[in-house]
Amino acid sequence: MGKTFSTPKSFSDNYTHYCPGCTHGIVHRLVAEAIDELGIRGRTVGIAPVGCAVLAYNYFNFDFQEAAHGRAPAMATGMKRVRPDLIVFTYQGDGDLASIGMGEIIHAANRGEKFTTIFINNAIYGMTGGQMAPTTMPGQRATTAPMGRDTDQTGMPIRMANLLGELVTPGYVTRQAVLKPQQVNKTKKAIKKAFEYQVEGKCFSFVEVISTCPTNWGLTPLDSLKWAEDNLLPYYELGDYKVPE
Amino acid sequence: MSKVLMKGNEAIGEAAIRAGCKNYFAYPITPQSEVAEYLAKRMPEVDGVFLQGESEVAVGYMIFGAAAAGERVMTTSSSPGVSLMSEAISYISAAQCPAVFVNIMRGGPGLGGILPSQGDYFQATKGGGHGDYHLLVLAPDGVQEAVEMTMKAFTLAEKYRGPVMILGDGLIGQMMEPVEFPDDLKTEPSNKDDWATSGMDTRKSNKRNLVRSLFLDPKELNANNLALKAKYEQMKKEEVLYEGYNTDTDYKVLIVSYGTMSRVCKTSIDMMKQEGIEVGLLRPKSLFPFPEEAIFKAATKESCKSVISIEMSMGQMVEDVERCIKGQKKVDFYGECGGEIPSPEKIIDVIKGLL
Repeated sequence: MGKTFSTPKSFSDNYTHYCPGCTHGIVHRLVAEAIDELGIRGRTVGIAPVGCAVLAYNYFNFDFQEAAHGRAPAMATGMKRVRPDLIVFTYQGDGDLASIGMGEIIHAANRGEKFTTIFINNAIYGMTGGQMAPTTMPGQRATTAPMGRDTDQTGMPIRMANLLGELVTPGYVTRQAVLKPQQVNKTKKAIKKAFEYQVEGKCFSFVEVISTCPTNWGLTPLDSLKWAEDNLLPYYELGDYKVPE
Repeated sequence: MSKVLMKGNEAIGEAAIRAGCKNYFAYPITPQSEVAEYLAKRMPEVDGVFLQGESEVAVGYMIFGAAAAGERVMTTSSSPGVSLMSEAISYISAAQCPAVFVNIMRGGPGLGGILPSQGDYFQATKGGGHGDYHLLVLAPDGVQEAVEMTMKAFTLAEKYRGPVMILGDGLIGQMMEPVEFPDDLKTEPSNKDDWATSGMDTRKSNKRNLVRSLFLDPKELNANNLALKAKYEQMKKEEVLYEGYNTDTDYKVLIVSYGTMSRVCKTSIDMMKQEGIEVGLLRPKSLFPFPEEAIFKAATKESCKSVISIEMSMGQMVEDVERCIKGQKKVDFYGECGGEIPSPEKIIDVIKGLL
């Protein structure tokens, strides 16, 4: 019997800096598997955000750049425009993409830039220590919302996939989750499809992934999965928000 | 090659193409929007990339992305726009990527005005963004020099693997002058296999490249800062550019002035010569590195009684002039801004006041 399971070539053999129970590792692996399966490792460039995934390049085995906070879609635009043969993806969290980088992601998506964005939504700032994000749920406690998010003052959480799905420019926009094995399998399919659209030069592709942050939520990894299932999924509905024709 | 009559902004755009730069990203702002308008038409003709970004912030990072991929790239803007790009410029400096930025200065601070100014000297030469870095800054005094400096900027950006800035006042961008594009200023792009994130397939080695500016280990960050410092020291040895005017006479006053302002000063010097008054001019062409030794030498000439920095600002370069002269001679300043450009007659009055 042959080998049936191994580390993707696009994945590097490194100790993780992510907290126990964090779902970044799962999504990193899915990205690495998709890149291996499409045979594009030698022409792929990843762009890391500011946030927990700023060190993402430690876990991948291909060219990588670091962006400033929220600016990864602008960097990806510059890179993809001058080297359309490259496969370029940004990997961003919700503070990075939905707050400081809102302008960059909306305009890149609206121009139909032919790169891929993996968007990790865990409803909180991770690296800086649990501050409120635009995606934080009403009443959810954060270090900058100690009594819970007050929507009178801060508005309702931003639903990025819904927002980008509304743009008229063609694109692939989907929201997935990694809270259960079935969801992980679906997320893998979505990530691979996103890269396939890029390989075909078809459109901008965006995969939002509902994730957890046990450390900053103050919950155990298992309780975090349940909290996300109960609180995030009813508001952040899973599914495709836009599919190119 | 024969001369053509061109507006400064358009000539800068053409110079980039002639230097082998096929990638341009920009956001409109007066008084340099003609560069973008010219290249929107011209880049497609040479199979190049033209993109109007959604903001100067985004454009700064489009430049970073393209530069990190190892491609020649340029943007142009004016003062408020350059403030917004300064974040990216800091990152590009830290990550050591070659890129060309052109600032056609307008009056400030704030929205200021749209007329020519030299108010961004501090921003250009002392940093602008956060952290320990410098740009190599070249300051043309007309359209021909703007062309030559723009063309050279790509070679210099690659030599030092960092951002180079062309700093011109609004007049440089707006006026028309006859220009030629010297073919010999075009160079072949340097080999970027050691550092560019151009895709592993493009290299013989199987090593992947990282472009980054985060160094959490203080030793690593210190090493990166020392590497940057070493480049700035090398620039100070190899890239200092300046021009002396009427400096072979026994001048009593030395003017230090750059860009459009220096041309007005030359007119004043010629007019005073008619009256038998000798005044010298030292014009820095590179603002960083600054012609420190040349200014010290010109100022300490025995006949020279005092030095004056004349600028279209409220007094910025004068601080560097004072630094170079080390208290050996009195240093004065005269400047106007907001689009008011000192006239030759006004400068003569000011100089006579020093005699």
